[in-house]
Amino acid sequence: MSSVAPPEEAAPAGSPGALSERRPLGDRSLQVLTLAAGILVLVILVLIAVSTSQQASSWFSKEGTNIFASTWNPAANQFGALPFIYGTAITALIAIVLAVPVSVGVALLLTEVVPYRWARPIVYVIDLLAVVPSVVWGLWGILVLAPWLQGIYSSIGSGVKGVPVLGNLFGPPASGASFFTAGIILAFMITPIVTSLSREVIATVPAIDRQGAYALGATRLEMIRGVSLPHSQGGIVGAVLLGLGRAMGETIAAALVIGSSATITSHLFAPGYNMPAVIANEFGEASGVFRAALMGLGVLLFAFTIIINVAARGIVARSIRRQRGA
Amino acid sequence: MAATAGQRQVDLREPRSWRRSKNRILTALMVLSFVLMIVPLGFVLVTVIAKGASVISASFLTSTIPVDVEPANMGGVGPAIVGTIEITALATALAVPLGVLGAVYLNEYGRNRVLSRLIGFMADVMTGVPSIIMGLFIFSIWVLHFGYSGLAGAFALGCLMLPIVIRSTDEMLRLVPDSLREGAYALGATKARVTATVVLPAAIGGIVSGALLAVARAAGETAPLLFTILTVTTVNANVFSGPNTALPLQIFSNASSPYVGAQARGWGAALTLIAIAFILMIAARVVTARYARYTR
Repeated sequence: MSSVAPPEEAAPAGSPGALSERRPLGDRSLQVLTLAAGILVLVILVLIAVSTSQQASSWFSKEGTNIFASTWNPAANQFGALPFIYGTAITALIAIVLAVPVSVGVALLLTEVVPYRWARPIVYVIDLLAVVPSVVWGLWGILVLAPWLQGIYSSIGSGVKGVPVLGNLFGPPASGASFFTAGIILAFMITPIVTSLSREVIATVPAIDRQGAYALGATRLEMIRGVSLPHSQGGIVGAVLLGLGRAMGETIAAALVIGSSATITSHLFAPGYNMPAVIANEFGEASGVFRAALMGLGVLLFAFTIIINVAARGIVARSIRRQRGA
Repeated sequence: MAATAGQRQVDLREPRSWRRSKNRILTALMVLSFVLMIVPLGFVLVTVIAKGASVISASFLTSTIPVDVEPANMGGVGPAIVGTIEITALATALAVPLGVLGAVYLNEYGRNRVLSRLIGFMADVMTGVPSIIMGLFIFSIWVLHFGYSGLAGAFALGCLMLPIVIRSTDEMLRLVPDSLREGAYALGATKARVTATVVLPAAIGGIVSGALLAVARAAGETAPLLFTILTVTTVNANVFSGPNTALPLQIFSNASSPYVGAQARGWGAALTLIAIAFILMIAARVVTARYARYTR
C-alpha cells in the first residue's frame, strides 16, 4: 500500500522560495524533458485521430451518411460498414457473456476464499494466460478448436431447427469459423484483464465491513452479496467495459476464426466478420476508396474503443477512490 | 457451576440448511470458474508444445522461410526470429526511456497537477487502444512517406509499449517512500539529482520488471506489424529500411495456409514465440523477486 502523500512536499534545494532563486540548468532541463515525454502520450492520441481520419476522408466524403449502409462489396464500389459494426458488437457481446461470470468468480475466489500464499500461484497462471500472443490463440482456434466445434454446432443446429428463437440463434448454417467461435476465443483473451481489475476493486472492500457481516452470522455467500458486491459494483462494471473494449479491438485471433463473410445474420454459428478482422485481412490488397474505407473502419473502431475506455477507466478510478476515501 | 454443568451444550455450528448448501454451491462455482479459466490455457499450451516440439530443431530456428507447399521438415523461421529480435529491441529502445521519463514527470514533477492527472488517465486509455490502430497510424504517418521498414514496425510497437511502461513505472515510483526524497533534499540535492540518484535506483527492480512485461506483450503482437513491415521470407539485417518479417506475422500467414507443412511450421513458430514471451515473463518475476525493494 502506498502511503498518502503529505499535504506539503519538502522544498528541494533550488526551488522557488528556497535559498537561491534560479534553479540549476540540469534540473530545469530534466523537468522539460520529462514533461515532453508525458505530453507525447496526448500527442500520439491526437495524431492517431487526425492522420487516420485524413487517410479515410475520401470514404467519408464519397459515402456521407451511407458509411453505415449494410452492403459491403468492394468489387461494386459499395462500402457500408454496418456488417462489421454488427459483427464487432455480436462477438464482443458473446465474449463478455462468457468471460464475465468466470472472471468475477475467479476474482472472488482470489479475494474472499483462498489464503494469500495460494493466491499468488493462481495470479501467475492468470498472467501466463495474458501473455499468450493473440496469433497463437488464432492458430489454435482455427486448426484445433474450430474443427472440433463444427460437429458440436451442427448437432446443436439440427436439434433446435424450427424452434422459434433458438432456431434463429443457433440453427444452421453451422461453420467452425463463426461469430461464436470468435466470441469464445475473445472470451479467453479478455478473462485475465477482467479478472485482475475485478480483483483489484474487490480487494478495496474494507475488512471491517467483511468481518462485521461474518460476526452477524452471515455465510460467505451472504457476505459477498451483502458487502463485497455492493461495495465493488461500480468497479466491476468498469472492468467489464474495459474487457468489452479489448474484445472489440482484438484483431488477429478474430481475423483467423471469424469466417470472413460480411453478412448480417442472427445465426451465431454462421461465418461473419468484424471491424479489426476485415482491416487485417483486406488492407494489404486495398487501394483508393477501398483503402480509405478500411482506414475509416479503423477511425470508427478507434472512436468506439476510446469512448468505452474513457468511461471504463473513469468508473474504475472513481470506485477505487471512493473505497479508499471511505 | 453445578447448574450449568447439567445444561445441554449449545451447538454453535450451523445446522445443515439451505443457507449452508447455497454457500457450498457458490464456493463450488468459484472453483469451477477457475477450472474453466485454466482448461483452455492448458489445451493451448499442450497443443503448441506437442505439435511444435516435433518441428523445432537447430536448423528450423536458423534456416530460411520456404514456400508453403514444402513439407514440414523443410526450411524454418530464421529470418522471422531475426526480425522479431531486431524490431522488438528497437521498439524497447524507443519506448522504455520515454516511458520512464513520462512516469518521472507524472510522479516527481507533476504530482497532483491537472496536466499530470490527464496524462496518467490518457495513458490508461491508450493501453486500451486496439493494436491494429497503431499499425494504421504508423502506416499513414510513416509508411506512406518512407516505405515499409523494421523501423516503422518498431514505431508501432513502441506506441503500444509506451503507456504500459508509463503506468508500471509510475506505480513503482509511487512506492518509493517520501522520506528517501526528503533525506536527499535535506542534503542539498536538486530535484533532478534526487530523481536520478535516489528515486530511480530505489525503484529500478520494479521498473525493469514492468519493462520486461511490456516487451513480452509487444513481441507477440501481429496487428501493428501487418501494415508497417510487410512480410518477406529472407533475412533483412537492416532494420531501418526495406520490408522485414517477424514471428507473429509468419504464424499468421501459416495459420491461414491450407498446406500441412506450412501449418506444422506455424506450430513450431508458435512454440518459439510462446517460449520467448514466457522467458521474458519469468525474467520479470525473477527481477521482481531479487531486486525490487518495494512491491505492492
